[in-house]
Amino acid sequence: MTDRITEIWGERTPYGSGQDWPERVDQFLAEGLTGDDVDQWVQSACVLCSNGCGCDIAVKDGRMVGIRGRVQDRVNRGRLGPKGLYGSWQGETHKDRLTRPLIRVDGQLVETDWDTAMGRIVDRSKDLLASKGPLSHGFYTSGQLFLEEYYALGILGKAGIGTPHMDGNTRLCTATAAAALKESFGADGQPGSYTDIDHCSAMFLYGHNMAETQTVLWSRVLDRLDGPNPPRLVCVDPRDTEVARRAEVHLPVHPGTNLALMNGLIRELFTNGWIDEDYIERHTANVEQLRSVVDPWTPERVAETCGVDAADVRRAAEIFGTSDRVLSTVLQGFYQSAHATASACQVNNLHLLRGMLGSPGRGVLQMNGQPTAQNNRECGADGDLPAFRNWENEEHVRELAGIWNVDPGIIPHWAPPTHALQIFRYAEQGSIGLLWISATNPAVSMPQLSRIRDILRKDSLFLVVQDIYLSETAQCADVVLPCAAWGEKTGTFTNVDRTVHLSEKAVDPPGEAKSDLDVFLDYARRMEFKDKDGRPLLDWSGPEDGFEAWKECSRGRPCDYTGLSYAKLKGGSGIQWPCTDAHPDGIERLYTDGEFPTTPQYCESYGHDLLTGATTGETVYKATVQPGKAWFKALDYSPPHEEPDADYPLRYTTGRTVYHFHTRTKTGRSRRLNDAAPEPWIEMSVQDAASAGCKEGDIVRVTSRRGRLEVPVRVGDIRPGTVFAPFHYGYWDTPDGGTSEGGSPASPTRAANELTITEWDPVSKQPVFKNAAVRVERLRAGDGPSKAPDTAASRPATGGQP
Amino acid sequence: MKLPVYIGMLDEAEATLAASLRVVAEGHVDEPDVHLILQTLAKKCDVHREALKPVIERYGEDVEGEEEHRLTANGVTEIRSGPLALLLDLQDLYVLVHHIDVTWMLVGQAAQGDRDEELQRIVKQCEGDTELQIRWLKTRMKQAAPQALLVAE
Ligand code: SF4
Repeated sequence: MTDRITEIWGERTPYGSGQDWPERVDQFLAEGLTGDDVDQWVQSACVLCSNGCGCDIAVKDGRMVGIRGRVQDRVNRGRLGPKGLYGSWQGETHKDRLTRPLIRVDGQLVETDWDTAMGRIVDRSKDLLASKGPLSHGFYTSGQLFLEEYYALGILGKAGIGTPHMDGNTRLCTATAAAALKESFGADGQPGSYTDIDHCSAMFLYGHNMAETQTVLWSRVLDRLDGPNPPRLVCVDPRDTEVARRAEVHLPVHPGTNLALMNGLIRELFTNGWIDEDYIERHTANVEQLRSVVDPWTPERVAETCGVDAADVRRAAEIFGTSDRVLSTVLQGFYQSAHATASACQVNNLHLLRGMLGSPGRGVLQMNGQPTAQNNRECGADGDLPAFRNWENEEHVRELAGIWNVDPGIIPHWAPPTHALQIFRYAEQGSIGLLWISATNPAVSMPQLSRIRDILRKDSLFLVVQDIYLSETAQCADVVLPCAAWGEKTGTFTNVDRTVHLSEKAVDPPGEAKSDLDVFLDYARRMEFKDKDGRPLLDWSGPEDGFEAWKECSRGRPCDYTGLSYAKLKGGSGIQWPCTDAHPDGIERLYTDGEFPTTPQYCESYGHDLLTGATTGETVYKATVQPGKAWFKALDYSPPHEEPDADYPLRYTTGRTVYHFHTRTKTGRSRRLNDAAPEPWIEMSVQDAASAGCKEGDIVRVTSRRGRLEVPVRVGDIRPGTVFAPFHYGYWDTPDGGTSEGGSPASPTRAANELTITEWDPVSKQPVFKNAAVRVERLRAGDGPSKAPDTAASRPATGGQP
Repeated sequence: MKLPVYIGMLDEAEATLAASLRVVAEGHVDEPDVHLILQTLAKKCDVHREALKPVIERYGEDVEGEEEHRLTANGVTEIRSGPLALLLDLQDLYVLVHHIDVTWMLVGQAAQGDRDEELQRIVKQCEGDTELQIRWLKTRMKQAAPQALLVAE
């Protein structure tokens, strides 16, 4: 295998339309070991992005020593990317691992035993329930736990405590995907399949830097591009990403203007008659509203608003309108920007207009950012009710209460679920007194970090953090619980295209660390949560019990798991849901017959107004729905709320690099990955760097209304007027560990979210990370070029250095 | 013919609502959704007033009897403080919007009776927005109520 830091996507295995993606097995073992040294290979799938590559973990002498792609897996057919190869087990074996619980004593975190730590939590929890009731509790979880863990958390939060304040960092990564699917189709559930890449004749990537966010999926695209009859590629992204470089049409829109472009593309479809009247008539509702909303958006007006060529808008629309099999993928460039849900819905609308759904090569992939985000959405740890049930539907609530054998009244359904930023707001105001954060690091990943740090350190807040390392967030906690990582526990999870994988325990967790599931079960036991008959609410003995319980909960719902079992998931490939007795191998694509889950009795949501997020409500929904038909939802464009001005003349956007995941908790501890991108940077265009008077590697100060960064500049191929910062960097690996001033970094100038704005999409409630106004000033010369990767989107400007 | 009086009152009520929405928006910057969406809703009131202009011009500015009739109180001129502030401020807006909502309906009926096509078109264009304002306020108040009434101090 080649060095996959430089050769990110590995060797090409080209293939043609309709053929199977060839196999290619990637393997990486600890130095000096060969396959013969491995005692055992343990089945799993990678958790360093949402792709869900099937893999086997190599174990020797009770330790993880390597990883290999599973050749039989439908997702990756043997391949792994740089993070999977270099950051999976390597990111977990660092000496910093938490091995014992910590509690705060006289302001310091000190080691203790589980009984003491859990005792503290339970005492506080019981106190608060007695004095303030269930709304005093908030839970903020992850997109990186396992299905069984989310389901346990969902049950204990909704039927044990009864709080609507539950969300996950999936709110930051995938909430818009879920929201757009609900608005258009009536329920969450990915319509498409990765195999659509094998069949498509055109591919549109909307705000999706797939080359860096899901490297193995991009390998699949590259193999199509290098094979016979390759798909035509269109890219919407302000940066000159690898995707943009391979695209036939690149639309480098100004951040914040996606919706104007989408409305323009749709208008072109109408104007040129590239629509399927018959499909629209039989399977959709509201087309006239869509038509009137997009009507003003001529290519010229789009060009002016978005800063792109009108001719390119026409070309892109022509490719969409005339290609036989179109696949669209959407990610953070849309989800974390202004009008997120509306823009993502417009992607669905393009497909509905052409009837391009549910057959090979014709599909939509509303992507996720994290490996197990899908399960958070399904299991109800993010505020939604489990198995895509509708909180506004009394019957759904009763059904759920029946499954859990609890009174329906305890299940919070009397108000919309509380989204992440609102949970933090309640903590800020003091009405949430206990916040339990699992497997995520809001002290680096949330917007406007100075505010988040203040909230996490509030005296009135009892903060519980469970993690594998002492993250920036854990440093603020009152109790820290050490948890088992991937490979140290068993569970299942589901990727973007509904493929369910089993990930088995390969080795024991370090020290006294426990699986997140065991922690939740232990808490439920200590809290004595009971069902109506006085039996324990959560009496699972382990993850497989949890999976079996979940199967029952999912029965008859869109995400039906009843045909799956641990035994069935062992040995072969991952399997897609819905998987039932009638469809034992799972279903590859949804909506093959143009029937959508919009019937009022079945749908997950009655929908929202895209401009304000106002709920439609049961009465209006029932009066207007055409059961079984998809909705065309549309919104006119309006400028984003924070636009460049004289004080802050540049647009600011954030995103990922290929070598890191999230806040580098694991990838920053992998030597290879860390060396590839060791420190933060910002990217500027040649022109903007020249007008700021700075050169490659100079240290600059980037200031927004909320904070500042002081980092080296990479002069790159980003569109002029826009500044990019990778969001991975925080403070744990600075000299003082980020804790010099009572848990606050002495100089908080590394994390991209120091600058971002506290604002969210009105429907999906996903924060607007990709749209803020900043100014850049040169501070001093650096010592040579910035350490930004010279690969992928961050590579130096092609036009030469200024 | 008292329709012009009603149209004048409607125009004034929209102005009052717009000002009130902006007061509440500015007073609750720490609730970013409230802060931003109320401004969006206020812009809708501006659009409504703009739409009514040709009709008001048609009937003339000086409508006899207008002074004696006021639809609502003065609107919201300052925000409250304390744990119930947001809920109560939103509820004030809710009352204002409801007055306007029903006024649009009544004006719409008169417009039909008078076969005033221009006015009918304007009513059709605007009344949906008022309903949206109501729905949004309800959605947001529903979200805020349990926390404000049960836990906040
Ligand atoms: S593409 Fe994603 S899932 Fe696959 S190996 Fe890379 S990080 Fe892991």
